[in-house]
Amino acid sequence: MLSIKNLHARVEAAEILKGLSLELPAGEVHAIMGPNGAGKSTLSYVLTGRQGYEVTDGTATLDGEDLLSLEANERAARGVFLSFQYPLEIPGVPAMTFLRTAMNAQRKARGEPEVSATEFLKRAREVAGQLKMDFDMLKRPLNVGFSGGEKKRMEIFQMAMLSPRLLILDETDSGLDIDALKIVADGVNALRSPDRAMLVITHYQRLLDYIRPDKVHVLAAGRIAATGGPELAHELEREGYDKYARAA
Amino acid sequence: MPAVKQTVDHVESLERYQHGFITTVDQEFAPKGLSADTVRFISAKKQEPEWMLEWRLAAYERWLAMDEPDWAKVSFPKIDYQDSYYYAAPKEKIGPMSLDEVDPEILATYAKLGIPLREQEVLAGVQGAPKYAVDAVFDSVSVVTTFKKELAAVGVIFCSFSEAVREHPELVRKYLGTVVPASDNYFACLNSAVFSDGSFVYVPPGVRCPMELSTYFRINAAESGQFERTLIIADEGAYVSYLEGCTAPMRDENQLHAAVVELVTLDDAEIKYSTVQNWYPGDPETGKGGIYNFVTKRADCRGDRSKVSWTQVETGSAITWKYPSCVLRGKDSVGEFYSIAITNGRQQADTGTKMIHLGEGTRSRIISKGISAGKSSNTYRGLVSAHPKAKGARNFTQCDSLLIGKTCAAHTVPYIEARNGQSVFEHEATTTRLSDDQLFYVMQRGLSQEEAVQLLVNGFVKDVLQELPMEFAVEAQKLVAISLEGSVG
Repeated sequence: MLSIKNLHARVEAAEILKGLSLELPAGEVHAIMGPNGAGKSTLSYVLTGRQGYEVTDGTATLDGEDLLSLEANERAARGVFLSFQYPLEIPGVPAMTFLRTAMNAQRKARGEPEVSATEFLKRAREVAGQLKMDFDMLKRPLNVGFSGGEKKRMEIFQMAMLSPRLLILDETDSGLDIDALKIVADGVNALRSPDRAMLVITHYQRLLDYIRPDKVHVLAAGRIAATGGPELAHELEREGYDKYARAA
Repeated sequence: MPAVKQTVDHVESLERYQHGFITTVDQEFAPKGLSADTVRFISAKKQEPEWMLEWRLAAYERWLAMDEPDWAKVSFPKIDYQDSYYYAAPKEKIGPMSLDEVDPEILATYAKLGIPLREQEVLAGVQGAPKYAVDAVFDSVSVVTTFKKELAAVGVIFCSFSEAVREHPELVRKYLGTVVPASDNYFACLNSAVFSDGSFVYVPPGVRCPMELSTYFRINAAESGQFERTLIIADEGAYVSYLEGCTAPMRDENQLHAAVVELVTLDDAEIKYSTVQNWYPGDPETGKGGIYNFVTKRADCRGDRSKVSWTQVETGSAITWKYPSCVLRGKDSVGEFYSIAITNGRQQADTGTKMIHLGEGTRSRIISKGISAGKSSNTYRGLVSAHPKAKGARNFTQCDSLLIGKTCAAHTVPYIEARNGQSVFEHEATTTRLSDDQLFYVMQRGLSQEEAVQLLVNGFVKDVLQELPMEFAVEAQKLVAISLEGSVG
């Protein structure tokens, strides 16, 4: 599914990723953990095509197709979805309108017909129900005046609706209380499937109690410093990142 | 189909300024330049009565003694008022024409602009399609007005201004210049001397005008100005919704458009006046050419409980200088101003409104959305005032500016004067830049950069778009998209 080889990237003058390599097969969930400033968010932005992040070396492919030469929207159409750490507010655009516009833009790029209004509405009601969201929230301008928890739930809602193949969750647990965390994690777990892969970026181990990863990677100083099973997350929780930060 | 997508599809099929073509038609001009003789020439061409000519000549005398205003935040080379034609008309007979008599080239022009002039075509149109009456003004004359018979059946007068002067002189004399006096300001005064054509509307007491009325202004001739004059009167308890649209060919010279619009509402009457202004804005790179849009629009809410609502979508013109205003004279009268002003390239806009509260319990509401892109400059200038007798006056003003890119400018200049202790004025203003964070967020969900900008901008102007008559909201939305094409990246 996702294959990253020797990735180097910088923002303005600073090199943030320094030779990062990672293999994420379909059907698996990998966690990326690491100290602040290790390059976790940079990795998510480089993979999704944010402007201002310059790749200086290395490759990233999705099912063999080069991702790095594509625009952000072209990557989205190929099934790359980023759940933002800080979702943006879009004044004047109801969440439903936003999402339907996005869905149709993706479908158009893939040469598929537009989603019908009834089909879209039916699906939206289903997914909103699963995430225990108030349906009226979807009629309000996207994320405007939403609480931190509501914004994160809205991200997962969008993710479920758009049905991506590569799911990148950037600090999805931040700002969530324990009940909201469970609902969000249930939503994410419901999307696990043999033809999807997930990259769960998190600072804390807590989220991984709810979204069980197949593998845990430690990202430190711009590269993968260690890889292990779920037990690695617990070790990090006990001992911190010092060991890896120093080694780098 | 979501509106944004529709917008995008539409935009893809268009040129940057799609109305830039020139129509070849036999035209008649006044001698170049401005003098008392020019004024006489225009008046004679229109077969006007003596009182009208005198009114014009008096305005011309006043104009000679006036100076061009220089307080607006716009700059342009000095205008040579002698280097322009003040009258340009297709060679046709004077007076109302049937469609068969109109030059086919002109009909083709309006067809190209998507404006329905043939009543039967409108009637035979798609089922449920909105029906609206059109007055088409081509350079200095109105070429045709549709649906006049149907409107006359309910007593509504809708005709060209020239025709009104000839056919309804008592109404014209009663109201002309009572809202915007001839000497009101430099450009209004110039207009009073040389105005050519425009629309006249009278809605009798208690009548709700059965359809939308609209005027499409087209400047075609080179080196000519357009000076239209519009007068709308809603008598007691009457209602009318009116829309004007404007386009011009792409020319390297600047052309002056100095219009005057006067609205009068008597007791319990309401006028809804919408503008979709898309004059040629000049070359986006060099700033060469484009229309100088120096317009005076004012409503006099004379009657108690009367209401005037201005909605404008301003995307064109090299320079815009206009402040559609309401004089709230009647007790409990209401004034509203909803505006979207977009500047791109080298455009300059200084626009806003005046809400003059004279009567007790008068209310006003201002929602202004300014968008600047390219190297343009966009200024909101507004006045809200309450006079000593306007006890209980209320105003709410929301004034938002959106900046796209780093080379444009937005300014907000609100004036607020309360001359009694019982008025409540609220003013809110924001300035935001279209952020890279927002753009990336929207693109990550699958929209291209261009689509993302349109989605964000349409969200920004939504409060105003929904004030437009339904059938024009889509048009306005497309216009917004086109004006901002290529503004990012």
